[in-house]
Amino acid sequence: MKSPPFEYHRAGSAAEAAGLLGELGFDARILAGGQSLIPLMNLRLAAPGHLVDITGAPDLAGCGANGGGLHIGAGARQRTVELHADTLATAPVLADAISNAGQVPVRHQGTVVGSIAHADPSAEMPAAFKAQGGTVTAQGAGGTREIASEDFFEGYFTTALEEGELVTAVTVDAWPAGTGHGFLEFSVTAESWPIALAAVLIHTSGGAIDRASVVLGGVAEVPLRRPEAEAVLVGAEPGAEAFEAAAEAAATGIEPLSDSFGSGAYRKKLARVLTRRALTTAAERAGGDA
Amino acid sequence: MSTHDITVTINGAMTSANVESRRSLADFLRHDVGLVGTHIGCEQGACGACTVLIGGRSVRSCIMFAVQADGADIQTVESLAPGAEMHPLQEAFRRHQGLQCGFCTPGMLLRSLELINDNPDLTAEEAREGISSNMCRCTGYQYIVDAVLDAAAEMRAEEG
Ligand SMILES: Cc1cc2nc3c(=O)[nH]c(=O)nc-3n(C[C@H](O)[C@H](O)[C@H](O)COP(=O)(O)OP(=O)(O)OC[C@H]3O[C@@H](n4cnc5c(N)ncnc54)[C@H](O)[C@@H]3O)c2cc1C
Repeated sequence: MKSPPFEYHRAGSAAEAAGLLGELGFDARILAGGQSLIPLMNLRLAAPGHLVDITGAPDLAGCGANGGGLHIGAGARQRTVELHADTLATAPVLADAISNAGQVPVRHQGTVVGSIAHADPSAEMPAAFKAQGGTVTAQGAGGTREIASEDFFEGYFTTALEEGELVTAVTVDAWPAGTGHGFLEFSVTAESWPIALAAVLIHTSGGAIDRASVVLGGVAEVPLRRPEAEAVLVGAEPGAEAFEAAAEAAATGIEPLSDSFGSGAYRKKLARVLTRRALTTAAERAGGDA
Repeated sequence: MSTHDITVTINGAMTSANVESRRSLADFLRHDVGLVGTHIGCEQGACGACTVLIGGRSVRSCIMFAVQADGADIQTVESLAPGAEMHPLQEAFRRHQGLQCGFCTPGMLLRSLELINDNPDLTAEEAREGISSNMCRCTGYQYIVDAVLDAAAEMRAEEG
């Protein structure tokens, strides 16, 4: 089908976008890459009265290393971020996540920040962002504020953003040398949305894991951190025993829903297997002095 | 509802038009410009029949509004053979029977062109992975891969 009618506005800057959102009220939405929003409009599942296109705003463009972390502007396209040398150096778990999301032509248009703001609980980029950790910068009529990645995702397609706010950028925190990452998902075909996914990072020092992050996607209403699994890992020697125990802990106590792609029990099983395999890959990459 | 003046370059020629906000780029190309080579399949970005190149990069024209393309350099399938002679890619698709019904073909051709432009020496694996963005419901993928590899070889030879 075709999109319902709407008014199109082009914002030349973050401030202009925030101003337009404030002025137009609840009926206005940010238009970034449009790769989630326009299909929803074509399907008549969304019918915003106003779209504020931010992709032409120079102050929202760009992506690159920034004070140790990785800065991703709201206009930065997924494919650009995926292939960027600074992403590969600073946040390779995000590069892996992006490369698993949709098809290359969709990633040419879609933005990383748009995916994070959309907050689909089975999407790759929100899970990788939460796994590595970082900050969301939001701007509204009242000014700018920072939201920790840990606090950003509140529920199905629901974030800590308030009405009238847009995300201007996200910053992904750097992890020290000796860090390894693993990103794995299971989907019906290579091109389809994941049924479940695991995004993990571990840092090793002196032969033991001293820092770990385990986040699952597709098993809850937000990208789900698994502190019980992280507790098993920290202090342990990297290896099959620790990874099996951590995977078991990651899949214990979660209650994924069933849908036409898989039952809740199946997703639970996937969560365990994907976590174990992602940790094994992460350990190989961590190297360090382990 | 609002309309907007846009100016785009389509297959090398500048065009200006006044479009409604909701007009998709695919509908703009087909209905307003009359370039019906761009096909519309799913209208939700999944199938790739509507693929066009913008600045040499493949995008889904069914989930992009024409107004978003203001100022863009757009290439549609019509650009491949402006005269009587077919492009080496089209010729290879014909030779290898890389099409049956032809519905996915415009998108397949443009995505393949991008793949070859990016890597003229692409392998069968890379071609297969590359066109996985586009659906062919006649299930003719193997012949399409053969055609892409053959066209790439020919285009390398032409480049000399
Ligand atoms: C065929 C197809 C397959 C796909 N497969 C996958 C997949 O496997 N995995 C996956 O994760 N995604 C997938 N996607 C979705 C894709 O990744 C989208 O690009 C992404 O979800 C949204 O980013 P966008 O820039 O396109 O945002 P848009 O579609 O423009 O916006 C999405 C939502 O976020 C809001 N928004 C966007 N930017 C901001 C901002 N800066 N501040 C506040 N709100 C904002 C919009 O208002 C809208 O509500 C697929 C899409 C298609 C068409």
